[in-house]
Amino acid sequence: MSSFLSASIGRKFLMSLTGLFLVSFLCIHLTLNLFLTFDDSGDLFNQAAHFMATNPFIRVMEPLLALGFVIHIIWSGLITLDNMRARPQKYAYGDSLLSWWAPSKNMFILGALVLTFLVIHIMNFWVKMKLTGDPLLTNVTVGGVEMHNAYALVSALFRNPLYDLIYVLGGILVGLHISHGFWSAFQTIGLSNQIWISRLKTVAVTIGVVFGVGFSYIPLYFLIKF
Amino acid sequence: MADQILNKIYVKVWRQNSPKAKGRFETYTVENVSQGSSFLEMIDILNDKLILDGKDPIAFDHDCREGICGMCSMYINGHAHGPDTEVTTCQLHMRKFHEGQTIVIEPWRSAAFPVIKDLMVDRSAFEKIQQAGGYVSVNTGGVPDGNTILIRQEDAEEAMDAAACIGCGACVATCKNSSAMLFVAAKVSQFAKLPQGKIEAKKRAKAMVAKMDELGFGNCTNTGACEMACPKSISIAHIARLNREYLTARFSD
Repeated sequence: MSSFLSASIGRKFLMSLTGLFLVSFLCIHLTLNLFLTFDDSGDLFNQAAHFMATNPFIRVMEPLLALGFVIHIIWSGLITLDNMRARPQKYAYGDSLLSWWAPSKNMFILGALVLTFLVIHIMNFWVKMKLTGDPLLTNVTVGGVEMHNAYALVSALFRNPLYDLIYVLGGILVGLHISHGFWSAFQTIGLSNQIWISRLKTVAVTIGVVFGVGFSYIPLYFLIKF
Repeated sequence: MADQILNKIYVKVWRQNSPKAKGRFETYTVENVSQGSSFLEMIDILNDKLILDGKDPIAFDHDCREGICGMCSMYINGHAHGPDTEVTTCQLHMRKFHEGQTIVIEPWRSAAFPVIKDLMVDRSAFEKIQQAGGYVSVNTGGVPDGNTILIRQEDAEEAMDAAACIGCGACVATCKNSSAMLFVAAKVSQFAKLPQGKIEAKKRAKAMVAKMDELGFGNCTNTGACEMACPKSISIAHIARLNREYLTARFSD
């Protein structure tokens, strides 16, 4: 098994599986986050956040999710190092078959930027909600159940235009990363052929746009509305 | 219409005396080149001039000069086999270039393809991958009657498309990771679609990928640049098949 995970296709297989797992997480994350924009009293979002924090299935998935991120990040580093070693001397004239911004050419950089965003994002919310607490994070009662006022934390942060910008950029970067990563994962697993390759590429770009627009919409909603 | 004459072009070419020597670019002027001549003929004209001047001619690989041997390996102005599509360097015409242009020529750059001299690279890594499993060793008997072995038209076509690979190495040269996946995928696919090749399919995929990894090629990140550069337009759908063959072989062990 260790030889499988150090073989080129084995390593990429692991990248693909963890990548698709992270995409499935983002689907849930985006759906719940959009509740922020449906109900300006914040009750709907607070209930959703409370459900996620107390649901046993989600509690089990949380460490798995962290593991998914760690594997995806470490293996991406291993693969990228290997790829850099494969061409010690670069071309003087470069290459122009793919445009400079093509996500497929910049997956490691896009991933590194998403990781930077992720650290900021975790500091903004997860650390405050799970570890340190925050003066804004008072308890509210919705439908007779007492819970954190996570909505207050979010809406306060998004009143700062700098954070709005960071979160809009974060959304776009994730969208770009997935617009290549999604179909690339299916290609690596071998679930692709002459017909499906173009379909998968279309689906990947669609998902990328949905994530990009969806995640960027939330901070912009707060910026414009409040 | 008569071919135009390029009065003067500049050729900036990589010169390297031996595998270990430090290389450098040198710029030469080439005069009176017909746009109807091939790129390699232009190099021949330049080499004639270098020999007459008592200089060392540019070493470059070439053989059939009709696009099937896969020897002519040149990275021209940032493109493997030059700016035209679906051609090898020998099939590239000088009409793709204009008067006064500077043409930059580099060898394939990859750790697995070390430079021997100037534009010649050692592509024996491809031979080694082939030797690891790119063959059929089961006894297929004598020449069978037509249609005794039934093969679907689609399968025959796909196998033939994969078999069009001439092993020139443009995929490796173009890939930002110097990955040989398109080459290996073509060599695995041409057998995987046919009954004679299916018998050893699992062993073949594992052995060829293991050899590819060992020789220092990079990992495929599915950018698709290889299929754009491939003079035979081999599809990256073959890479999906190679991945499938390899993974099923590993998981069925």
